[in-house]
Amino acid sequence: MGTTASQLQKDLLSEYQELTFLTKQEILLAHKRFSELMAKEERSSPSLRVPMEKILTMPELKSNPFRERICHVFSTSDMKDGSLTFEDFLDLLSAFSDSATLEIKSHYAFRIFDFDDDGTLDCGDLEKLVNCLTGETEDTRLNPEEMRQLITNILEESDIDKDGTVNLSEFQHVISRSPDFVSSFKIVL
Amino acid sequence: MASNFGFSQDPHHMEAGLESPVDERVVLHSFSPLIKEASPSSEERREAVEMQDLAEEQDGDDQAFLSSSALVGRGRGRLGAKQVNPLVRARWSAATQRVLCSMPSRTIGRSQNAVISQCYNRSVRRLRRQSQPSIRDFSLSARPSIRGYRMEVTSEDEENTREQLVKNLQALSAGDRIRMLRAMPINMTEKSELRKLACSFKEKRPRSSTGISFFSRVKYYVIITLQHGWCSWLSFLQSLQLWQVAVKTIGGRFGTGVLSYFLFLKTLLLFNVFHFFVNGLFLVIPQAVNPPRPGAAEISFTGLELLTGGGYFTDTVMFYGYYTNSSLNETCQPSLKLTCAGAPDPAGCRGGDGATQMSYNIPAAYFFTTGAAFFVTCIILVYSMSKSFGQSFHIKKSRSNLTTKVFFSWDFKVIKKSSVKLQAENLCTQLKELLSEVNCRQVEKSQVQRLSWLAVHALAWTMCLASTLACACLVFFFLDEHHPLSPNDEASLLALPALVSSINLLQPGFFNAVAWMEEYDSPSVRAYVAIFRNLLLKVSVLGVLCYHWLGKIAANSKSLGLTCWESYVGQELYRFLLMDFIFTILDTLFGEFLWKLFSQRVLRRQRKPVFDIARNVLELVYGQTLAWLGVLFSPLLPAVQIIKLLLLFYMKKTSLMMNCQAPRRPWRASQMTTFFISLLCFPSFLGAAVCVTYTIWMLEPSAECGPFRKLSTMAMSGKSWVAELVNAHPKLAWLCWVHSHLVENPIFLFVVAGIFLIVTYFHTQVVDGQRKIIVLLQEQIENEGQDKKFLISKLQMAHEEKRSTSSPRQELRSREDSCMD
Repeated sequence: MGTTASQLQKDLLSEYQELTFLTKQEILLAHKRFSELMAKEERSSPSLRVPMEKILTMPELKSNPFRERICHVFSTSDMKDGSLTFEDFLDLLSAFSDSATLEIKSHYAFRIFDFDDDGTLDCGDLEKLVNCLTGETEDTRLNPEEMRQLITNILEESDIDKDGTVNLSEFQHVISRSPDFVSSFKIVL
Repeated sequence: MASNFGFSQDPHHMEAGLESPVDERVVLHSFSPLIKEASPSSEERREAVEMQDLAEEQDGDDQAFLSSSALVGRGRGRLGAKQVNPLVRARWSAATQRVLCSMPSRTIGRSQNAVISQCYNRSVRRLRRQSQPSIRDFSLSARPSIRGYRMEVTSEDEENTREQLVKNLQALSAGDRIRMLRAMPINMTEKSELRKLACSFKEKRPRSSTGISFFSRVKYYVIITLQHGWCSWLSFLQSLQLWQVAVKTIGGRFGTGVLSYFLFLKTLLLFNVFHFFVNGLFLVIPQAVNPPRPGAAEISFTGLELLTGGGYFTDTVMFYGYYTNSSLNETCQPSLKLTCAGAPDPAGCRGGDGATQMSYNIPAAYFFTTGAAFFVTCIILVYSMSKSFGQSFHIKKSRSNLTTKVFFSWDFKVIKKSSVKLQAENLCTQLKELLSEVNCRQVEKSQVQRLSWLAVHALAWTMCLASTLACACLVFFFLDEHHPLSPNDEASLLALPALVSSINLLQPGFFNAVAWMEEYDSPSVRAYVAIFRNLLLKVSVLGVLCYHWLGKIAANSKSLGLTCWESYVGQELYRFLLMDFIFTILDTLFGEFLWKLFSQRVLRRQRKPVFDIARNVLELVYGQTLAWLGVLFSPLLPAVQIIKLLLLFYMKKTSLMMNCQAPRRPWRASQMTTFFISLLCFPSFLGAAVCVTYTIWMLEPSAECGPFRKLSTMAMSGKSWVAELVNAHPKLAWLCWVHSHLVENPIFLFVVAGIFLIVTYFHTQVVDGQRKIIVLLQEQIENEGQDKKFLISKLQMAHEEKRSTSSPRQELRSREDSCMD
């Protein structure tokens, strides 16, 4: 739409294009979709935060089991409530875009999977991760015995220094064995 | 006390000095919920975690100790008695926990400032690589690994690091700076601040107003405008992406596996567009603009031509026979040379002596265009194959797929709720299967079981090979009886393509039935065996056909009464392509649509039929092989293939949306893409290239039609054109030498193959060496991990000792206080 596109000034647009992996069209589309999440009268203020509940109504994130973690990771709010400004939203799209490097994707994937934000993936994180993956309902979850075995196997394979947790470097090492990661870690508007 | 194990100072100093650039609030925030959960009264615990005053550490330790032991109890109950992770044992004191979470390996995954210091180190390395210091600059005691690359400066505080990062960014070139900024995993506000600081340096430079002359200013202006134009052209091209919305919908509902089929279709379309463009520009347009003298009879257009390719189409640009064997001449006066360039002017200026001849040699163009198109296609295929092979090849094979499945198999592109639910179910099933596989790996088969397994497999393979042979013989005998010329009965020409297409359709069903009785180790082996059997069938049928066309018909064309065997072969291939398309439509209609109705209404199954990716990809590859085989005989065949692929895309997409669901087994998209591209390259393109090369080099073209009539082989046209060129311009003698020694001499090929083998051998040796180094490095990392555990437990011991010596003192103090009251 003409009015919303002109609201994003040209120098801001080129700055965003330089700092992210998105093209100009993708940034404009993101701006349009983000403005639709805000109420009409709030649209003019550039640094407005959109609360997490509104962001989670977007179809690309609505059914994703990691939607809340994604909002928390990319949010720069002081109150840690997962609200995003437009720049945070662009960071999100840039990390999930086609041309983002493997390093950026792996860094953010690690932070998304780190449910307790302590910088490593320990047993609790892995358990929560598997539960997120296998679904909400009870009959698709693994029983405790299987869970324990799964976590032991994962740690055996990926924990190189045997400290019981998977830190960022070990995670990135595991990624090098999975070339599918780049194509599956994508969200396109 | 604290000094007996070699740390420098007493613990107070050590802990203060270990303050790394960590956001304390983040640490506290992340640990406090854990501690809050474990203990009943939250207020005490919050105080417990406040560790600003070291004097309060006493209480804090006790509280943290109590709460963490409660945590241990809960953790034990959850994970069972087996604890594999000593460093997560939560019986550490608060100070040790603080040290643990401020370790660099953990802060890098969490805090922005740690990321900034990592980026700073990386920028130092990048700058160092640019400036290339000599080895002599470093002291001899530095380890070789440090000398060039690993000298990382540890900075004292975060402000200093940030400033130094900005300075490094300013020193980089603009492109490098942008790339470095983009690749930093920090938030946008930080990035734009860094960028502003880095770029403001440039603006501070004084602009010399008189220094730039007018011409250089104009030059800069032109360059900048061109760059802007180029950038906007690139973004325009990107926005034109074909089928972007469709691809997103398919990926959102079916995931990456099914999507890879459609992306492969798009790749094939691009190959055909390239081929069509080349052929059209250099062959079709010049010949269409200067039509040869009309043939004997005017044939009218009936609808059947679209199917058979014969009749009206025989004498058109579409087939080989239409092209002349002479040069198209355009003669111009010397004075009008500029204006006449490229403009066809048949009636006009016919010059006498002194007029320059601009001739376009059709035979040479035909030969070189075909050769160049195949060569470029070959290079593109080999390049994309090696690229995707490099991506999916890992030096260290993993023992099981569990880790990759848990971490990386979630497809973020899938957005439809039912598909997400399906994906979660599939993942759960796969995880359970993998776990049971890991458990049962030790089960060995007995002798009898192994023999029976072998017997079943041998039987299955015999049946498949026998049926393939039977089909090939059927086609062979049909070809023998099938007379090429039936002037009254055009429709009977369609019988052979229909037979071959029905074999291609029905035989895979037979293979599936045979595979039912076999049992395989893993589902991917089953998929590969099925693909291999189908491939063998198609290769054998195509082989029989090629032998018939190139061997029999080309050699005996006069005895069979064919004036132009190349056009006939081109028409045959056109018919095959079209029949293949018609049968695909029928298969989609009956196989998917009607089967879905049948299974839902009659069999009452919940699940829809599954989209068979492998079979569909093989169909695509087969179609492309036919197109490549036929392009020599029918230059417009790529156009037919383009139309076919476009229609196929929409048809398959519609059928997919209406009838199918995603496959249950995960499809490792990158591995399969490598597999598809290598299928395209090896049997398909190589086979087509071999046939075309054989035709050009060995076969005698027909004497009455086409651009190569009256030559002994098609390759002679190239040779004679080069010889003519050399005669006209003696300076180009080297071209003749190049042509005779490189293109015709087989020794050149042997040398190239030998070099290729040597390079491959070196690469395998390098990969072997890398594997050994990886094993050594892993051992080293494990040892470092042991060191870390040792140090942390020593730290804990020191802390406990200190507490045990100071707590009796405190008790004494409190007793004194109470006594004094």
